[in-house]
Amino acid sequence: MHERVTALELAIKKAREKKEILLMTHIVLGYPNFDDSLRVVEDMVNAGVDLMELQIPFSEPMADGPVILRANAEALKGGATVEKSFEVAERLTREFDIPFLFMTYYNILYCQGINAFVDRCKAIGIQGCIVPDLPPSEGEEYLDAMHAAQLSPVHIFTPNTPESRMRHLSDNSSGMIYCVARKGVTGKDTAFSEDITNYLSLCKSTTELPLAVGFGVKSKEDIDYLRGKVDIAVVGSETIRVMEQDGVGAVKGFIETLVT
Amino acid sequence: MKNSGYYSQFGGAFIPEILVPTFDELESAYLAAREDESFWQEYLDIMSTYSCRATPISRLDNLTEQLGGAAIYVKREDLNHTGAHKANNVMGQGLLTKRMGKKRVIAETGAGQHGVATATMAAKFGFDCTIYMGAHDVARQRPNVFWMEQMGATVVAVTEGSQTLKDAINEAFRDWVSNMDDTHYVLGTACGPHPFPEMVTWFQSIIGTEARAQMLERNGKLPARVYACVGGGSNAMGIFSGFFDDKEVELVGVEAGGRGRGPGQHAARLAYDDATVGVAQGYKTYFLQDRDGQMQDTHSVSAGLDYVGVSPILSYLHESKQVRFEAASDVDVVAAMQKTVRNEGLIPALESSHAFAQAYAEAPSMSPDEDILINMSGRADKDIFTVADAVDDPKWRQFIIDKAKEYSEGMTNA
Ligand SMILES: Cc1ncc(COP(=O)(O)O)c(C=O)c1O
Repeated sequence: MHERVTALELAIKKAREKKEILLMTHIVLGYPNFDDSLRVVEDMVNAGVDLMELQIPFSEPMADGPVILRANAEALKGGATVEKSFEVAERLTREFDIPFLFMTYYNILYCQGINAFVDRCKAIGIQGCIVPDLPPSEGEEYLDAMHAAQLSPVHIFTPNTPESRMRHLSDNSSGMIYCVARKGVTGKDTAFSEDITNYLSLCKSTTELPLAVGFGVKSKEDIDYLRGKVDIAVVGSETIRVMEQDGVGAVKGFIETLVT
Repeated sequence: MKNSGYYSQFGGAFIPEILVPTFDELESAYLAAREDESFWQEYLDIMSTYSCRATPISRLDNLTEQLGGAAIYVKREDLNHTGAHKANNVMGQGLLTKRMGKKRVIAETGAGQHGVATATMAAKFGFDCTIYMGAHDVARQRPNVFWMEQMGATVVAVTEGSQTLKDAINEAFRDWVSNMDDTHYVLGTACGPHPFPEMVTWFQSIIGTEARAQMLERNGKLPARVYACVGGGSNAMGIFSGFFDDKEVELVGVEAGGRGRGPGQHAARLAYDDATVGVAQGYKTYFLQDRDGQMQDTHSVSAGLDYVGVSPILSYLHESKQVRFEAASDVDVVAAMQKTVRNEGLIPALESSHAFAQAYAEAPSMSPDEDILINMSGRADKDIFTVADAVDDPKWRQFIIDKAKEYSEGMTNA
């Protein structure tokens, strides 16, 4: 066992004792508004979601595709702030007994002050953070603060990542590793096939942390493909798309089709 | 990835993991090119045969006399092929793209000058080319869009965000994270993640190297002040590079003062105190942002200066007081441009006219023994619609009305 086992990792391992694959979903806080964010999370948890990524909106979400990009912009237009995101996140962690992570871009942390941001995460019960524009080489202060608070900084593996760098990223992560299934931004389709199996076994061989797979996961078939290969399937843009097409009320039904 | 590319606290490479190997490859290719003298020789050859290097220095005889004070000289980057300094950076990155064996280039563009320059380079070198341009800029820079498309580039109008330069940069990155294997992103200014600020400065340093030698040769002395407009900062870094070791030369960067101080009114990150340090678009610098770190809208009469961030190297030079920053207002800029056109027959781009406006404001209080040098980063052909509006030219308006009528009646085969 590696030395930095966090609450997030323990929670994932415990949940995995009962389930072959866990489901993590993603929402953009404040999209379409904060009341709907609360309702969607409640529906998702009731439908059986195991963990959640809460994205704090940013005006320049460079790694996100059209769906999440627009959700960020709309949330900001509707008056979403970092303070409101913290407040809603605090309510969520209090009301629902699953691990919550923040996903956001580095400027949000930077402008709050790294230590203040991490302290606040700790205080409100957030278990980890995914910051897609912060490689470990730029994130020393963040990593020190996260490790000191026993929170989980989650880094990303990609199909372009060499094995040696995977080990380096793993050494700087806790809780889990997020493997993106393909190149590109969020919200486009992924063909789950042989290539991915090889890539995932490489990922697995370079880390002891649980593996989550995201980017293009959107159906029960995709999740079935991942079953037995990784610990967590991440559904991101698709739930936003469902919400946009069929309304906030449709999210619960959609999640149920994934977990049955 | 090394933790490199810092200028004091500014710079860095805040990039998505998927691009880390791509940046490693780019940095290696760039460093190898710097080591290889034949690369710079090839670059100089192409700039003197395909573009118009060395560009001359012109003395503004009439305005020097009219304004009194310092003698005014202009470095003529407008005489580059495609009409701006952008060609310097683009041809350099084109040669590097060939070395890396890539077949496709993408670029962002604000004014469209960098887009046109990139499309030109792609046509010459046989690369596929896609240009991202904010929809707002597509609307105000149609002539440049026209030429990019004529040269075979695909122009994508970006409808996200403020629909200007920063949004075009985000979209270019989104393309790159999917297509990095065969695609090079030709970033157009001295911003973005390392090694772009340093690499773009290297290619643009050709301006300063020439200008310093030309001023010495002509006057036997260096200029007292050098003025350059600052969007992302590439033409400024280019001309300033020639004078960093000359303590007696004062370097003045001129930003877009727009309609004056206050959020959303301008794009002055260093001259005004509305900007704060942040991290976006892959690098750390002063950004026009709110307290949460959300980027704010900016305004400038010139699309090329209408940007939230600024070269990290210039943020460093600002803090270390090696460059003085000023802002010129839209109104003063248009006036400076008209003055230059009328008195000297030079047609500076609205971007470049910021440097002219500041120089004209300062020259009269200087000594006639002193020389000043303005970097004329580009020419204004692309700005004809904006300028015609700004000077409210009735004959131009009638021409457009007539032309529109002609088109709508389907009589376009004139
Ligand atoms: C003529 C001209 N000058 C200046 C600029 C500003 O860019 P930079 O600050 O990188 O020189 C532009 C940008 O489009 C331009 O077209």
